Amino acid sequence: MTLEILTPEKKLYSGEVYGVQLPGINGLFEVLEKHAPLVSALAKGKLKVLKSRNEASSYSIESGFVEVLDNKATVLVEGAVALD
Amino acid sequence: MAGQLKEVRNRIKSIQNTQQITKAMKMVSAAKLRRAQDAIIQMRPYAQKLQEMLSNIVSNVEGDINIKLAEQRTIEKVLLIVITSDRGLAGAYNANVVKTAKSIIAARYAAQMQKGNVAVWNIGKKGWESLTRSGYKTSDTFKDLFLNLKFESVQAAAQAAMKAFENGEFDAVEIVYSEFKNAATQVFRAEQFLPIPKVAKKEGAKKADFIFEPAKEELIGELMPKILNTQLYKAVLDANASEHGARMTAMDKASDNANELLKTLKISYNRARQAAITTELTEIVSGAAALQG
Repeated sequence: MTLEILTPEKKLYSGEVYGVQLPGINGLFEVLEKHAPLVSALAKGKLKVLKSRNEASSYSIESGFVEVLDNKATVLVEGAVALD
Repeated sequence: MAGQLKEVRNRIKSIQNTQQITKAMKMVSAAKLRRAQDAIIQMRPYAQKLQEMLSNIVSNVEGDINIKLAEQRTIEKVLLIVITSDRGLAGAYNANVVKTAKSIIAARYAAQMQKGNVAVWNIGKKGWESLTRSGYKTSDTFKDLFLNLKFESVQAAAQAAMKAFENGEFDAVEIVYSEFKNAATQVFRAEQFLPIPKVAKKEGAKKADFIFEPAKEELIGELMPKILNTQLYKAVLDANASEHGARMTAMDKASDNANELLKTLKISYNRARQAAITTELTEIVSGAAALQG
């Protein structure tokens, strides 16, 4: 699936991924290939991009939203910093 | 004669110096303008997606949505967020923003103004100086935002305005700024910030069967402040680009003017020089003639 992370200041990430872990407002969840359409609010926390089954990179994000539609996840956050 | 020559030479020198400065300022503004435009382009996908999300949700909601930030009240207390620049020498840019702000107050909020219920929050030093001098109720909390232009600082201002609106400190909030069209044109305008204008339901919006988490109403409640943050951020970025555009054109004109001046001065310099040579020659010739005679 495709993942895009957008902030007001720049496009932070764009590319094919295996999945993504998100800090939902009601708890952590994961979006994988062929997820049903979803709109969810995100809390401030850690976002984990799973590039493949065993390769991941993390971002610390401010609150925001995620929309999943047609196998494409768009993450809108007000600020994000790459960890490690 | 020689005195006049020196005078003209001095003026030419001083104009050349000024021209060097205006040329340099133009170059600097051009570079800053490009960066400011980049920032606008960078934020566009985010803003568009946010709007799209909102209309997606609104189209999936039946009936009206109650949001506190969209509450229409009788307008008694008004807040104007006026965005100008920190520095001058940008043509009529700052003066025009201030003029727009004043004319809006006079046209729409005259009654509130009389009761002293119009507050102004300034972003940018120039507008703050000018409006404070004219006796408006200004606040300088966010005056220095341009010193370190970041989304976070704009967000703080937007949130403060939202909080004040929710607490009933203001019944309407407007942003006065200059929209960026291109380097030579700015559109000075006021934009309604709060209460939020009604979101129209878009027919034919993506009617996918979305899972909403949390419920749609709560989602909209979360989404609205984000949209407002972006709206103010966009206004600030536009104002920033406008400032550099205005300065660039102003400095370009100043350099042109300097060229014109130099041209006429050079002519009068040459004329004076020629006149001095002619008189000198006449003196020598007549001196020689007197000796021979």
